[in-house]
Amino acid sequence: MRRSPKETAESNRRISRRALFLGGAQLAFAAGLGARMRYLQVEQADEFRVLADENRIKDRVIAPVRGRIFDRNGLIIANNEPTYRVSIVREEAGDVEDAITKLSSLLELEEDDVNRAIAEMKVTPAYLPVTLADRISWEEFSRVNANAPSLPGVQPEQGLSRIYPMHDIYAHVAGYVSKVSARDLDRYEDPPAVLKIPRFQFGKVGVEALYENELRGSAGTRRVEVNSSGREMRELGRREGASGADIQLSSDSALQDYLQARLGDESASAIVMDVRNGDVLAIASAPSYDPNKFVRGISIPDYAFLRENDHRPLASKAVQDAFPPGSTFKMLTALAGLESGDIRAGDTAYCPGYLEISGRRFGCWKRGGHGSMDLVGSLRESCDVYYYELAQKVGIENIAAMARRFGLGSRPDIPMSAVSSGLIPDKAWKKERHNEDWLVGDSANAAIGQGFVLASPLQLAIMASRIATGRAVTPRLVKSIDGVETPSQGGEDLGITPAHMDLVRQGMYEVSNYRKGSAYRARIIADGYRLAGKTGTAQVVNRLTKCTDPWDVRDHAFFVCFAPYDDPKIAVAVAVEHGCSGSGTAAPIARDIVLQALYGEEPPLEAYPAKDREAIEERQKDIRQKLRLRQEDRATRA
Amino acid sequence: MSYLEFNTKFVPTGWRKIFYVNWPLVVLPCAVAGMGILMLSSVAGGDYSTWALPQTRHLIIGLIVMFLIAFVPSWFWRNMSIVGYLGTMILLLIVEFAGHTGGGSQRWINLGFMNLQPSELMKISLVLLLAAYYDWLPLRKTSRPLWVILPILIIMLPTFLVLKQPDLGTALLLVIAGGLMMFLAGVHWLYFATVIAAGVGAIWAVLTSRGTDWQLIKDYQFTRIDTFLDPSSDPLGSGYHITQAKIAMGSGGWTGKGFMQGTQSRLNFLPEKQTDFIFNTLAEEFGFVGSVSLLCLYVLIILFCIIAGLQQKERFGQLVSFGIGMTFFLFFAVNMSMVMGLAPVVGVPLPLVSYGGSAMLVLMAGFGLLQSTYIHRPR
Repeated sequence: MRRSPKETAESNRRISRRALFLGGAQLAFAAGLGARMRYLQVEQADEFRVLADENRIKDRVIAPVRGRIFDRNGLIIANNEPTYRVSIVREEAGDVEDAITKLSSLLELEEDDVNRAIAEMKVTPAYLPVTLADRISWEEFSRVNANAPSLPGVQPEQGLSRIYPMHDIYAHVAGYVSKVSARDLDRYEDPPAVLKIPRFQFGKVGVEALYENELRGSAGTRRVEVNSSGREMRELGRREGASGADIQLSSDSALQDYLQARLGDESASAIVMDVRNGDVLAIASAPSYDPNKFVRGISIPDYAFLRENDHRPLASKAVQDAFPPGSTFKMLTALAGLESGDIRAGDTAYCPGYLEISGRRFGCWKRGGHGSMDLVGSLRESCDVYYYELAQKVGIENIAAMARRFGLGSRPDIPMSAVSSGLIPDKAWKKERHNEDWLVGDSANAAIGQGFVLASPLQLAIMASRIATGRAVTPRLVKSIDGVETPSQGGEDLGITPAHMDLVRQGMYEVSNYRKGSAYRARIIADGYRLAGKTGTAQVVNRLTKCTDPWDVRDHAFFVCFAPYDDPKIAVAVAVEHGCSGSGTAAPIARDIVLQALYGEEPPLEAYPAKDREAIEERQKDIRQKLRLRQEDRATRA
Repeated sequence: MSYLEFNTKFVPTGWRKIFYVNWPLVVLPCAVAGMGILMLSSVAGGDYSTWALPQTRHLIIGLIVMFLIAFVPSWFWRNMSIVGYLGTMILLLIVEFAGHTGGGSQRWINLGFMNLQPSELMKISLVLLLAAYYDWLPLRKTSRPLWVILPILIIMLPTFLVLKQPDLGTALLLVIAGGLMMFLAGVHWLYFATVIAAGVGAIWAVLTSRGTDWQLIKDYQFTRIDTFLDPSSDPLGSGYHITQAKIAMGSGGWTGKGFMQGTQSRLNFLPEKQTDFIFNTLAEEFGFVGSVSLLCLYVLIILFCIIAGLQQKERFGQLVSFGIGMTFFLFFAVNMSMVMGLAPVVGVPLPLVSYGGSAMLVLMAGFGLLQSTYIHRPR
């Protein structure tokens, strides 16, 4: 304090010098700050702008509306119905307990759901909605909406869910959708974003699965601005997607319903094809199940019940089961023989009830034998020995080739799940598969549709269609997609000598309409409606069984046919698992189906032989009752 | 000079002092604070009452305090400097043992109507005391070791207490501000060269010790250094704040996104947007133009502080004027370096702009001291 002026001046100078030095340094530093600002805001501005946008702009997917499935007359098989649910947003509701109490007076709340929702709310962010009640009724939904002003934080929401109003009629055909799973996603190399929407419904089985990409449509996108916790602040733009394509099946639901009712409690399948264009008018597998159960996620007890049922309701028997076709195969062996010239129309063979081949005895089903048989007769009475002889002349290669021309041994092109290709064996196949040489006995077995030969009921229907028309008919299940019709599958001419085809058809006619025919008892007498068919059985165990034996050792029963004989319109194949007798079990079913299909409604009793009319009337009443019950059942469950 | 000497030179008295106030150093801080209040209303989403209104209150109280301090003769402050220092030290000790913990550190004392942060107060008390000390000390003793150790102690005691809070940023500021005061006062530059050399040596030693047996700092502290050098190496963890801050600044471009249109701040991507990172919000909304303008205002304040200091004729006044200017520079330089990614994040607010009552009050008090020496300087 007691400073001399000289000292003060000296101090001034020093301080000023240092202050200016520091001031200069500060200015330089400030310039550096300015330069950094310029770097960030001018040179790097674009980069940072992109990053800022990446922060706040997110694209969200808008789920597309799924295409519907119809039958050939426009009746709905698979539809989208609105579902309603109520969610709570914790931060808007405030007092959640209070909100739930208020809600319980408006709609029925399950205690489990309430507890689950409260637990979920503890772990989710306060601004995310938590579902409280799902699949509530329209009335409950309206009540909540009407009371919305006094229910802060309560969000009634609407969504779409798949519904099958026809319940079990098309379960195996249309299939069902369910929540998309990790395995479904693995099928795609680059799964579309829409599949990641929670609870997205994805086709699992049947047409729903095979036409998933067409039915799904394309998702739209919403561009939204989000804050740092991911909450949507506002929508910046949206691009609408496209709803899925509607698919129309060529099947007639009334006929399909009839088939399911007629097959009844049997473990069986039946197919009706239009031979002119390949349309699959009906393809049924019994017993069936309700696909609606799968949409929401089937319960464990329900699923166990379906799986453990020995009649296998989950199996799509019409396309999936491949049996030895038995005698229904004989037409193909006959044609193979005719076409290769090894036999001629009038050639006969003698059937004493068996034939010895290479020291082994191959028996005919008729112990005493049929006596002298020609080709038509061999079909009419289904003589095995005739075909054993034929097999030795023709050889397996020709038989196999002919079978393939009629659609056996290759996978039919039909959009259903688990479609079997069956099996037509030949020498190369046996060598490769069993590392053994082909034996003559194998040919004999193959000739009568046993041994290694396997065919699905659909393949038999295709075979029947091709025999009826002489053309390579292929099945057409989907009639149109989004209104655009798919090409008709009438097929090219098979190139088989018409006289030979006529001969085989004659044989089939006699099966059903001649007294000695194996299916005479299941004939139609109305003119212009007569059918021509072939019975067949397949052995299940390696010994002879009787129809009184337990169910699971009995033979399978088949019948294939086409009608009307004079002007074929439809082909029908029926397979009854453990049905024991083709003529006794499968043929009568086929007859009823043919008449129902040709008449388009319940056929008159006059079409049936007089002897059968009383029984038929009983059955018709029974079926009518069944159909009505099925209708009521669907109505209540809708 | 003595009280008698002092009063015989011309020094204004009474209400006439108002004509001798250094008006640039009143207007410029108000302009800066005004920009701050504008930004505070933007970061609150247009809501004036959350931060902007309280800050306006702080500013008005600050101005009142500034004028009150300015009108009191500067010798009073010089004589009271030791009391101020000791009083603040006591407050720091109180905070240490009974302070309010917020955000993981003990920093405030709750006075009921406001929270007092003694560490803020210490920033000014220290400068004042050091100015008074070097005014008292004879010139030739300035660089003597004994008389150098004393100011070092004066600096390190509060620094140690602040470091314990823990508040690394303020501790650093105290050390650097104290060091600058000593440099200004004329301590021989060799002392500083040694300290800087020692500092560089220490940093080098720490860095090379990494991964060896005699590692000097913990692993996570090394990670902090890594993240500082390259924030993109941990963009969602410790590098998150600075990455978002840079995005906010950079995306502003030349002229910014517009008032209230800053997406980084509005959508909560920018953390601490009303305190440490408020500059980035300004930069985002008003662009390069806006951020450079604020920088210019700050530089102008420093300039006028230097000019005021050069107009002083005696030691105390010079030391106070330059000292307040230097420390003010320190505050905004560290914050701006931090928010632009040039320095590690240490939690230093932007002076006059960041939301905070204590900081605003203390800064205004500092300017008040400067005004006091300015008004009462012998002419």
